[in-house]
Amino acid sequence: MRYQLIGVNHKSAPLEVRERLAIPESRLPDICRDLAAYAGIEEGMVISTCNRVEIVTQTVNGSADLRGFLHQYFHLTAEELDAHLYEFREKDVVRHIFRVASSLDSMVVGEAQILGQVKEAYATARAVGAVRGQLDQLFSRAFAVAKRVRTETAVGSSSVSIASVAVELAKKIFGSLEGKTVFIVGAGKMSELAARHLMAHGCASIFVSNRTYDRAAGLAQRFNGQAIKFDDLYNTCDRADIVITSTGSPHAIFKREHGEQFLARRKNKPMFFIDIAVPRDVSPEMAKLDGIFTYDIDDLQQAVSSHVADRRHEADLAEAIILSEVESFEGRLHTLDVVPTIVSLQDHLETIRQAEIDRVRGRLGHLTAEQEIAVEALTRGIINKVMHTPITTLKTAAKESEATTVVDVVRRLFNLREKDATPEKKKEVGTRQ
Amino acid sequence: MSLLWLRFALGCYFISLIYAFVALTRTSDLFSRVALHAASLGMVFHFVSLVELFVSGQIVWASLHSGESLLAFLSMTFFMIAYAIYKTTSPGVVVFPVVFFLTFVAAVDQQPILLTQFIPHKGLLVAHIILIFTGYAALVLSFGASLLYLLQERRLKTKKASSLTSFLPALEVIDQIGYRSLLLGFPFMTLGLLTGTILAATTYGHVDFLDPVFLLSLLMWAVYMLMVFTRWNSGWRGRRAAVLATFAFFAAIVAWAANYFSTIHRFAAS
Repeated sequence: MRYQLIGVNHKSAPLEVRERLAIPESRLPDICRDLAAYAGIEEGMVISTCNRVEIVTQTVNGSADLRGFLHQYFHLTAEELDAHLYEFREKDVVRHIFRVASSLDSMVVGEAQILGQVKEAYATARAVGAVRGQLDQLFSRAFAVAKRVRTETAVGSSSVSIASVAVELAKKIFGSLEGKTVFIVGAGKMSELAARHLMAHGCASIFVSNRTYDRAAGLAQRFNGQAIKFDDLYNTCDRADIVITSTGSPHAIFKREHGEQFLARRKNKPMFFIDIAVPRDVSPEMAKLDGIFTYDIDDLQQAVSSHVADRRHEADLAEAIILSEVESFEGRLHTLDVVPTIVSLQDHLETIRQAEIDRVRGRLGHLTAEQEIAVEALTRGIINKVMHTPITTLKTAAKESEATTVVDVVRRLFNLREKDATPEKKKEVGTRQ
Repeated sequence: MSLLWLRFALGCYFISLIYAFVALTRTSDLFSRVALHAASLGMVFHFVSLVELFVSGQIVWASLHSGESLLAFLSMTFFMIAYAIYKTTSPGVVVFPVVFFLTFVAAVDQQPILLTQFIPHKGLLVAHIILIFTGYAALVLSFGASLLYLLQERRLKTKKASSLTSFLPALEVIDQIGYRSLLLGFPFMTLGLLTGTILAATTYGHVDFLDPVFLLSLLMWAVYMLMVFTRWNSGWRGRRAAVLATFAFFAAIVAWAANYFSTIHRFAAS
């Protein structure tokens, strides 16, 4: 197990830093390729969401220079970045990935979206060949663990989502949401979810604007709303009381002067901007205007923190599951390390068995079908009994630090030459554990 | 006897006053209900006190302390109307201390000043007092709402987690309370000042435009009008509206304090 992970998330780095590390979806395949080709890295993938940017790798010797990769890729100095980074190795990587996939490390604990995002990142890396054996094992297990956490605990039920927090905040500004107008800028999934919540709480009408007009039209149609051309955004935005924005723009699209225009046209009626984009779509200067309320992704984190305590118990249960799964996965991985030796041993003894049967066949004379079966069973039984102790010892030793010594001893005793086990064989040996 | 009822009312208002201070730090539905019931009971005692005063045969409406009692009662009435519409006791954070202070002043030292000159214009006098005090009461509520608006706006702007659980109602609700009080109070204030001017003119034969009460009342009215206009025309809210409301409120207090030095209202001495 030579896993290594480096990254930033909503707890370790402010939005300003995460904005600089954000990787657009379109660039994910490239960075995965670059990562897999980087010195000391065998496999690699990148998880990039609005709350985290993480690089997960299987390294050659467990000490790849991942910080160097980040500095080089993002053109950032150590002073700018290093204070915000966290780094995990081996077992800690497994635990962290299990926690991330199970939404225990999320801004909103229990929210379901992160699992989908991790799956997408995995699929992207796999498609470009950056994820193969070891990371494949890790993420396949992580998805199974996430499913188990969701099934066996209530951490995902009554999830306090960004959307529900947005509704709560909107009510703090507007009281009743009856008759209010919502404007979605950037037709993302999260915006859609937030808009759905707001509409369910009484908002009357909805506008949607997106750089790709067709996507805006499609989303608007789902809400019986109106699609607005992106060029008309600033002329129509003041008609909305609540603006949910999540574009992929690298710069703020709503600046102070826009806020001033909106307020003047609205006769200073308040506007609520829910900015779930990273980098942010709404300039921090906007928040300084009377009557404009902006909540970015970190502010929403603050708002949900009070709700997290309610689900502490369920989260504790989920953590216990993660712990046992990490142990189990670690054991399984270690077992896989001795699989080639076990396979070689099995092949070696099978060859001897076959050779011995062939050698005595002439002396045995003609055997009936029943006798053939009996000989097969007898010889296989002997082989299995002989192999039982070394295989058990190997599997037990695999979990201990003495694994290498035991493997060496077995190889020497039986004069084995190691050969790679097929994935099917690995699976078979692993599950027999 | 009137004073006794007023002191009962003061006791009830004291409970509301405690709520006003507690509500700033923590939220309690139970305490909120207790404060509301105490304020309602206080209003009953207060009303009895005012009625007794009125039917006693003495015209003591224009005494300073009786005026404070009436203003406290009307302020509480405005608070209750706002509560009936918006179901929030939050404006009490500002209104309750003001009401307690006014009632306290009236209850500890009530010295009627007879308005001998005005007896022939009793109807006009009563109209003037009720109109102007209703305007004052609306101003108190509007001022309170402005402060609460600033508080809530600050909570939302600073994005504290406590903003989700604060005792304050939604920003727009506070805004509506303030704006409607303003709209309701303005005609009362205008008519009150008008009747006051007519009263002074008919009593003295002229209006002393340099009298501090007249000047300050005019200033207060001008700010009041400015508040209504800026809100109607430009939708002024938040800080700018709060600054105007505070200015109008303090102008009203100074105008009130000027009664002690004014020749218009120092009728007994004239």
